[in-house]
Amino acid sequence: MLTTEEKHKIDHEISLVPSPKNACIEALKIVQNSHGWVSDESLKDVADYVGMSPAELDSVATFYNLIFRRPVGRHVVLVCDSISCWVMGYEGIRDRLYEKLNIKYGQTTEDGRFTLLPNCCLGTCDRAPALMIDNDLYRDLTVEQLDEILEKYT
Amino acid sequence: MEKPLTQHIVPGRAPLSLKEYEQVGGYQSVRKILKEMAPADVQNLVKASDLRGRGGAGFNTGLKWSFVPMGPEAAKPKYLVANADEMEPGTFKDRVLLEGNPHQLIEGMIIAAYAIDASISYIFMRWAYKVAAREIIKALEEAYEAGYLGENILGSGFSLDMHLHTGVGRYMCGEETALLNALEGKRANPRAKPPFPQVSGLFGKPTIVNNVETLCCLPHIINNGAEWFKGLSKTGDAGTKLYGISGRVKTPGCWELPMGTTIRELIEEHGGGMQDGYLFKGLLPGGASTDFLVEEHLDLPMDYTAIQAAGSRMGTGTMIILDDHTCPVGFVHNLQHFFAQESCGFCTPCREGLPWVEKILLAIDRGEGKPEHLLTLDFHTKYLGPGNTFCALAPGAMEPLQSALKYFREDFERHIHEHHCPWSKAKVWQPSI
Ligand SMILES: Cc1cc2nc3c(=O)[nH]c(=O)nc-3n(C[C@H](O)[C@H](O)[C@H](O)COP(=O)(O)O)c2cc1C
Ligand code: SF4
Repeated sequence: MLTTEEKHKIDHEISLVPSPKNACIEALKIVQNSHGWVSDESLKDVADYVGMSPAELDSVATFYNLIFRRPVGRHVVLVCDSISCWVMGYEGIRDRLYEKLNIKYGQTTEDGRFTLLPNCCLGTCDRAPALMIDNDLYRDLTVEQLDEILEKYT
Repeated sequence: MEKPLTQHIVPGRAPLSLKEYEQVGGYQSVRKILKEMAPADVQNLVKASDLRGRGGAGFNTGLKWSFVPMGPEAAKPKYLVANADEMEPGTFKDRVLLEGNPHQLIEGMIIAAYAIDASISYIFMRWAYKVAAREIIKALEEAYEAGYLGENILGSGFSLDMHLHTGVGRYMCGEETALLNALEGKRANPRAKPPFPQVSGLFGKPTIVNNVETLCCLPHIINNGAEWFKGLSKTGDAGTKLYGISGRVKTPGCWELPMGTTIRELIEEHGGGMQDGYLFKGLLPGGASTDFLVEEHLDLPMDYTAIQAAGSRMGTGTMIILDDHTCPVGFVHNLQHFFAQESCGFCTPCREGLPWVEKILLAIDRGEGKPEHLLTLDFHTKYLGPGNTFCALAPGAMEPLQSALKYFREDFERHIHEHHCPWSKAKVWQPSI
């Protein structure tokens, strides 16, 4: 069930576009913001609300890299795996994260704290290697910095 | 040396507030066009300035605008969209402009919207640019409050709304027709052209999509004229350019320099030369989807004309350096992994071809390559090339591959004959998962 607040926010997005369907990505973002991801149930609620079939909405939701259709941890770690970060040796960072969190890409730590995902170029190539945790960007990374960075996220 | 676009950008310092921006002449160009110029005058001035689109294709901006239907009969509302998706690997120049001087972009967008008589505008920005989003939101509020946006701007009768739209991550969102689909809440598949967006774009209405850097040139062209803009360049392509370098140089970064600055000057003076112990082997001049250039090209001016004549494209102007410690096969493999992942899947050659290319490169990289694999790669560079796919993603993906096969073919062959990667194991690109 969409909450009153979610409906209110979605209504605002709908008011900005010709047809409610046009606001569907914004609606998915709103739901993901409150739950961390978009469950089948949320997907169906949004689909009903904007007048789409769940299948049609899912075709949109699954197209985009950052609409999560599976649960994620409290914090999402996005590691840039594109060319400049690779040239600058990002694998050390990735391997240290694998080891430290004891998970691989696409997995979530058992305590639900972190989900680890690869991500394409973060647009900060002059300061590679780089990663993002939630809304925070870290660049010029070295393996030694990782422990301290991860500690900030509980 | 004049650096109009970055003159007020100081790394590490907050961007100018509206008041500070006005004190250094900000928004003067808006006052000028609203008072003295008709939309057609703005179009003609920009056409005469030879400004070419900084999004990669280098199309003349004024000419692009001239295809928008004008006059009272034209469909309304018309839209202007700033393309701030910047997901081309190796590219980080629009970030500098967005974070460093958001009012300059808004000012440029008002000019472009006025020139095509658009009443609604969007900044389509990738989700990852969190700082930029914060600064743009702040600047939009200030601009509305000061009356540069909204109804009846400065009493001129011209009205313009401007919204920030942040995407949810997909390289295809940068392709202008796919971007329009994303803005409409659809999958970011590209659209068939014609009709061109200038005639039927967002919600079926006339629309212009311009790159952030393109738009940021406009206030300066209005204030200083077409001849001044052309005079900024060292060559026949007008203006300054935001160039960037990433990879193993001493001081990677982004700099605004005269258009036509040579590659050698960029690498040696601005990038500080190669890091100690690393030798230059090649470079992609303007992002992942441009052809490699090598040693013999270092004295070329970085502009649209010269780089195209050398068989590549200037693209976004942000180059990626391949050094001698990095395996060229691994380098290209990394790029093809990106393109295969980001293919929208709409047309068969790209959807099926790119993963095939990626698999072959993985095999070669691992020492499992066969001589006939090179022929299969050659075949793909032809059949995923221009004219065979629905949009420019696949042909763009083939540019670094075809040129790597040309300049570094021996390295591919060595992998196959020696049954392993001649570079250190750590430099084998391994897509995880
Ligand atoms: C796959 C693909 C991705 C693109 N990504 C971007 C982008 O992130 N930013 C951009 O300005 N142009 C991008 N472009 C180019 C746009 O389609 C378009 O040409 C450009 O925004 C037009 O602006 P301009 O005329 O000012 O250069 C991309 C093109 C393709 C084919
Ligand atoms: S070339 Fe690739 S990205 Fe472009 S339409 Fe075809 S499948 Fe989609």
